[in-house]
Amino acid sequence: MPGTQAAKTQGVLWSWLTTVDHKRIGILYGSSAFIFFLIGGIEAIIMRLQLARPDNTLVSAQTFNELFTMHGTTMIFLAVMPFSASFFNYMLPLLIGARDVAFPRLNALSYWIFLSGALFINASWLFGVAPDGGWFGYANLSSTQFSPTHSIDFWMLGLQILGISSMLAGFNFIVTIINMRAPGMTLMRMPLFVWMSFVTQFLLVLAFPAITVALILLMFDRFFGTLFYAPSAGGDPLLWQHLFWIFGHPEVYILILPAMGIVSEVLPTFARKPLFGAPFVIFSGIMIGFFGFGVWSHHMFSVGMGPVADSAFSIATMLIAVPTGVKILNWIGTLWGGSIRFRSPLLFSLGFIAMFTMGGLSGIMHASPPVDLQQTDTYFVVAHFHYVLFGGSIFGLFSGIYYWWPKINGRLLDERLGKWHFWLMLIGFNMTFFPQHFLGLIGMPRRIYTYAPDLGWHFWNMVSTIGSLIIALSFVVFIVNVVKTMRSGTPAGPDPWDGRTLEWSIPSPPPVYNFAIEPTVHDRDEFWLQKNGDGHGGKPASRPRAATPQDIAAIHMPAPSYWPLVLALAVAVMVSGLLVSTYQIIVGGLLTLFCMYRFAMEHHRPAAGHEY
Amino acid sequence: MGLRGPSRGEESQTATMPRRFVSPSRVRAVLLVLGVLVLATSCGWSLWDSPMTTVRPRSDFGRWIDDIFMLISWTTLVIFVAVEGGLLYCCWRFRDRPGAPPPRQIHGHTPLEISWTVAFAVVLLILGIPTIRIIFKTQEAPAATDLRVDVAGHQWWWEFKYPGLNVTTANEVHLPVGQTVAFHLQAPDVIHSFWIPALGGKRDVVPHRVNRLIMTPEAPGEYYGQCAEYCGTSHANMRFRAIVHPKGEFEQWVKAQQAPPVESTDALAQQGKDTFGKSACVGCHTIAGVSAGVIGPNLTHFASRRTFAGSLMQTTRENVIKWIENPDHMKPGALMPNLGMTGDKSKALAAYLLSLK
Repeated sequence: MPGTQAAKTQGVLWSWLTTVDHKRIGILYGSSAFIFFLIGGIEAIIMRLQLARPDNTLVSAQTFNELFTMHGTTMIFLAVMPFSASFFNYMLPLLIGARDVAFPRLNALSYWIFLSGALFINASWLFGVAPDGGWFGYANLSSTQFSPTHSIDFWMLGLQILGISSMLAGFNFIVTIINMRAPGMTLMRMPLFVWMSFVTQFLLVLAFPAITVALILLMFDRFFGTLFYAPSAGGDPLLWQHLFWIFGHPEVYILILPAMGIVSEVLPTFARKPLFGAPFVIFSGIMIGFFGFGVWSHHMFSVGMGPVADSAFSIATMLIAVPTGVKILNWIGTLWGGSIRFRSPLLFSLGFIAMFTMGGLSGIMHASPPVDLQQTDTYFVVAHFHYVLFGGSIFGLFSGIYYWWPKINGRLLDERLGKWHFWLMLIGFNMTFFPQHFLGLIGMPRRIYTYAPDLGWHFWNMVSTIGSLIIALSFVVFIVNVVKTMRSGTPAGPDPWDGRTLEWSIPSPPPVYNFAIEPTVHDRDEFWLQKNGDGHGGKPASRPRAATPQDIAAIHMPAPSYWPLVLALAVAVMVSGLLVSTYQIIVGGLLTLFCMYRFAMEHHRPAAGHEY
Repeated sequence: MGLRGPSRGEESQTATMPRRFVSPSRVRAVLLVLGVLVLATSCGWSLWDSPMTTVRPRSDFGRWIDDIFMLISWTTLVIFVAVEGGLLYCCWRFRDRPGAPPPRQIHGHTPLEISWTVAFAVVLLILGIPTIRIIFKTQEAPAATDLRVDVAGHQWWWEFKYPGLNVTTANEVHLPVGQTVAFHLQAPDVIHSFWIPALGGKRDVVPHRVNRLIMTPEAPGEYYGQCAEYCGTSHANMRFRAIVHPKGEFEQWVKAQQAPPVESTDALAQQGKDTFGKSACVGCHTIAGVSAGVIGPNLTHFASRRTFAGSLMQTTRENVIKWIENPDHMKPGALMPNLGMTGDKSKALAAYLLSLK
């Protein structure tokens, strides 16, 4: 295998830069996401400190506006999405019994383009023009008239780059899930994380074109003087809102569905029972994805769309609560009659159910447009979506981190520190965000850098700030846990949790080819079946035969390639040229074309020593 | 209050019970917390009181919203208790016990699935029907008898015009109690959102569109308002007040606003008027009979307003001087330039402005 030889001879760094192994790309995604998660968290803490007291002067109005813009953008696009992507990358092939994704080099390209987009947006801090238009970047505040600096340009172009990455990854995983499942794994035998990820990929490839169009129109307005969003010339700033939210609402489900998938894996493992009503959970996920495209205007009840549109979007929004509620009851049904072991992955999943339920219920409140007129753009909504995205997505993703960490690293995270992390995070989270419901109801708007002392808001703001520091502490505990157990943690063995799905049937960490012998699948909980039978007196399923050295030698793995990295760099050169000079755009564009050509032709003829 | 701790007798009874679930010390701690809360509430500290509270509605519009909010709140509270209670019960009841047999591998229960799906749909129908009724009720066309107020959201201050009354003011909207008012909302620059929480929901103010918000204030008082849609640097400083007058008082206010500005005899104020007339102030501000600028707020009756500069500050001499000397310091990004008015000039200008009752 020339690939592994190259890795040995050319050094560790080079092997990571040129890797096309889905597991390594998953680790790259995960570690980048965690770093950006910390950056977004620091931005949040600074905002909380500023708001701790009325008339506080820790940061200026401009800085505060940059902080909330970058906090939202970072957490959504640079933390939660790549966290999910790291699980898609690492776990999907293992869960479906495959050796890699369908297009390994494309997968690497997705990651490098993501990283260049993420660094591009954050580079704005270095130039002193951090984006300040909000993560939603409403027109016409984003026009050159009202935002003359490059701040909006960094945001707009960065999101375009990130969009390419998401689209590439989306197509890659759709093809992977459709084509690369192990024999016998019918769609209805796919594990739930695979199903929820599958739905998410469709949301990605269908939702991102909408924001791409919106951003292209904005780019034309800002660079070439068109007037798509300019009201004075007959353009319409509400066009942006519609385009943005028809992306933005499915985006919410892009953030939550993978976490729902993780929870649907963790609960059965630790309750030692199959997922209750799995087909209903699957169809609920599909329905959520489908309805997710029909509810975007509930972000716009206050813009004055008229009573008919308000009613239609209100009903559609309430409808989406049905499959969501069904899922929650099925998770509780999974626990019912189980034999529940309270290990840290399960605690985070239980936290997900408890917190996400609250976010869902407050969501029903502003699904009603009259109520929304009081709650939208207040801290009530801030509380609501943090219950969904932090209480939901982040708790779910950390459940996944504690659950699959031993598979990825071969060592268990410390259980005692894991529990400390969970309880501190749960308490800190509720202390931070529950009082924000009250703040919203007593009239505190979002995105204000200061407030007067006579409004009665200071007490709950102080509580909220203290809570946010407890959340920060919980992540210190997590980092300590990671550092401590990275070298000295208990070796996990292949199956530390008595798992139910295929990834637990192979060593931890898995070999580069994942499965020495391709498994044959008989059930959603295939590995449980192999160990215990179906629980109805059926015999355990047959395990794959032991692999021989000849089997291993015959495995064909894709060769590493530096073209994904170089192509991503070329794209970054081209796009940043828009802020520098036309010549750089041309050079970057030609470079991009050249790299695309070489990327496409790399394996057109056999590489030296590489057989087909 | 009906909240009392257990009497001594009850407590000792608890103590003699063979197996206690809750220790007396814990009972005392809970009672202490409850006692502090009751005390705090009776001292006037209330969770829901704020000049910007949404849950003590003072208009018909606000009441309708509050009614439906309460309906949804109680419904979701019941669901909340049921779901979270069920979750905790499962965690406790089905916790792993040493030596327990492996659980039965149940895959689901279709009738149960169908029934809770239907149950959710029915609950949402119950919430949806009144919702739609209120949507249509709150978006009816304005009647000819409504008091029309044209609202313009500027970066970062509010302008109020009463077209029927020929009155223009800023950052302070005056309304008569019991009179239906139709706000016509316009934005000359970017999107804002017009919101007086105590008088009901908000409505966005969108450039080149006229949005409407109709309501009838039901109690006199001074209510705070604020822009609720992010609109740039000083979004947080785009505040205003709504003053709802008792019957009769509103007409007096209108008369005072319609009158020409008061000519002050004070020398300093005269000097200030002179400075105002000769400087760039006139390019942006209107003072009836003196200037006709339309970019900044109309100052004809500046001193009649309780607050100024996006309702950031009380209208006092010190504040007005500070503002004139450095607007950007008080309201970051303010479009009013620093004209280098310091010392005598700013004092004179302040005296003049404060004479404009």
